[in-house]
Amino acid sequence: MCELAVRCEGLVRRYGNVVAVDGLSLHVARGECFGLLGPNGAGKTTTIEILEGLLVPDAGHVEIFGLTWKSDERELRGRLGIHLQETQLSEKLTVEEMLRLFRSFYRRGRPIGELLEIVALEGKRGSRVGALSGGQKQRLSVACALAGSPDLLFLDEPSTGLDPQSRRQLWDVLERFRGDGGTILLTTHYMDEAQTLCDRVGVVDHGKLIALGSPGELIAALAIPRMVVQQGTLEDVFMSLTGRHLRDE
Amino acid sequence: MMSSVDRGGAWHPIVELTLARLREFVREPEALFWTFVFPIVMAVVMALAFPSRGGQAVPVGISGAGDTSALRAALAGAPGLAVRDVPPGGEQRALREGEVHVIVVPGNPPIYQFDAARAESHTARLAVDDALKRAAGRVDPWTAHEQPIDVPGSRYVDWLIPGLVAMGIMSNGMWGVAFSLVQARTRKLLKRMVASPMRKYEYLLAQLLARLLFLAPEVAVPLGFGALALGMPIEGSIAAIAAVTLVGSVAFGAFGLLLATRARTFEAVSGLMNMAMLPMWLLSGVFFSSANFPASVQPAIQALPLTALVDALRAVVLEGATLAAVHRELLVLACWTVVPFALALRLFRWR
Repeated sequence: MCELAVRCEGLVRRYGNVVAVDGLSLHVARGECFGLLGPNGAGKTTTIEILEGLLVPDAGHVEIFGLTWKSDERELRGRLGIHLQETQLSEKLTVEEMLRLFRSFYRRGRPIGELLEIVALEGKRGSRVGALSGGQKQRLSVACALAGSPDLLFLDEPSTGLDPQSRRQLWDVLERFRGDGGTILLTTHYMDEAQTLCDRVGVVDHGKLIALGSPGELIAALAIPRMVVQQGTLEDVFMSLTGRHLRDE
Repeated sequence: MMSSVDRGGAWHPIVELTLARLREFVREPEALFWTFVFPIVMAVVMALAFPSRGGQAVPVGISGAGDTSALRAALAGAPGLAVRDVPPGGEQRALREGEVHVIVVPGNPPIYQFDAARAESHTARLAVDDALKRAAGRVDPWTAHEQPIDVPGSRYVDWLIPGLVAMGIMSNGMWGVAFSLVQARTRKLLKRMVASPMRKYEYLLAQLLARLLFLAPEVAVPLGFGALALGMPIEGSIAAIAAVTLVGSVAFGAFGLLLATRARTFEAVSGLMNMAMLPMWLLSGVFFSSANFPASVQPAIQALPLTALVDALRAVVLEGATLAAVHRELLVLACWTVVPFALALRLFRWR
C-alpha cells in the first residue's frame, strides 16, 4: 500500500528554448489537499498536465498511487478526476446529457442524480450547457471530474472567473470530496482559496518549487516586522517570494 | 474482465458518444437545412434547368444589317427553333451566356457563328443548317421514322438525382465529421475526454455511427422526392440502396476524420476539405459523365470514393443492380473506410 497519492522527481519539460518545468519534485499524501501556487507562466499547468499523464516530461519520473502512466494508464484514468483550465463543454447538450456522457466513461461511480446534487445543479438538469453561468459551468465540469468517484482530483484553476458565492459553493464541493477521503491537487491564483482549502502549498516560479509547507508555516516563516502587530497572509508570503513585477504570458 | 460495470444509469460510451453527436446535430437548424432541404432545392432547380429532351426550342440568333426577312421566314418554318435578334457586336456575349446557341449572319452563303466546344451549340448549328437548306429547296432522299424516348429513367434528371444524393453523402459525411471534431478540439473537449478512461477508438467510431443515423432521411428525402415529384423510377431494392449508401457514408465519414486529424482551426480544415472534394465534384460524374475524361486518367477516377458511390448508386437505383453487381465499387469504398480510419486513429491530435 503506497501512502503517497502523487510522487514526482526531477520533472523537466521544455518548449523550444523555454524551460517550463525545471527539475521539479513533489510528494502529495493520500487524503491531502495540495495547492500549487505561482504567477502566470510559472509552469503550474505544465506540471499538472504531466502529472495527469497528458504531457510527457523530457526528464523525470511520475508515480500516481505507485503506478506509472507508461504501464498503468487505463487503471489510472479510471481513478482520477480531472478539471482542465480551458475546456468548454458542449453548449448544445443539457447538463444531464453532458454529465451522463462523462459518467458513461467510468465503470464505477455515483448515479447521475447524486452528482448533480453534489454540485447543486439538480435545478439545471434540463438546461443547455450554453445557458449556464460561469460558476454553473465550472461546477458542471467538476461534476464531470467526479463522475468516476475518483481517488484523486486534479483541478487546474477551478475558481478563476467565479464570483464569491460560486467560489464558496465550489469549496463546499471540494471539502465534501475530501471528507470522503479523496486527495486533491489544485492550482490557483487565489491565496485565500489556498489558505482555506489546502493542507500544504507549493510555490512554483520559473519551473522550480521555491517554497513548500502548510499555509501557517509559510506565513510564520515570513519574518517581516509588521507581522508582529498583525498576522500576515499567504498573499504576503506569495508576493515576497515571487516579487511584484507583472508576469504576463 | 470486470464482473460488474456500473455506469450510473448511462449507456455504453459508444452509445452515449453517438447520442451526444446526434443531439448536437439536430439542435443545429442550419445543419438540418443543408442536409435535407438543400438536395431537394437542388433537384428542383436541375429539373427546371434541364427539362426532358425535346421539350425546349433551340435558341437561334440572327445578326447583321440588311434584309433578314427571308432568313427569318426559313427558320420560322422549321420546328424546334426559336429565333432571336442579336444586336451587332453582341454576338460573342450572346453565345457565351447561352442566350443563343448559334448565330446566323445573312449572306450567300450565310455565316454560322457557334462555339464548337459546346455540344448544344453543335446541335443548333446542324438544325439551322438543315432548316435553311431545306428552305432553299434541298430534297431529302428519305425521311427516317423517329422514335423519341422520353420515358422516366432515361432522362437527365433521373441520372442526376442519384449523383446528387451521393454528393450529399460526401459533403455531409465529411463536413459533419470534420467540423465537429475541430470544434471539440478547439474547445479542448477532446483533451478533457482523453483525460478520462474513454477509449480513443470509441470516440472516433461514434462519429461514424452518428453519421449512419442521419443517413436514412438524408437519402430517403431526395430519392423520395425524385420518385414522387419527378417520376424517377427506383428499380433496385431498398435494402441494396441502404447498403450502398451505408458503405458510402462510412467511407466519407472516415475520410472526414482523416482530414480533421491534425487541423486546429476551421480555416485549415475547410481548405483541406475543398482540396479533397473539388476534384471529385468535377471528375466523379455527378453532373456529367466521367466517361468524358481521357482513358489514361480513368483508373484514377475510378479509384475515387465519390465515383464508386455515384456509379454504384446509379446502377442500383436506375438499373436495379444487385450488390454483387456493384461489388467492385463497394470494395473501393471499403478501402476508403479502413485506411483513413486506421491512419486517423494513429495520427489524431487530441489536444
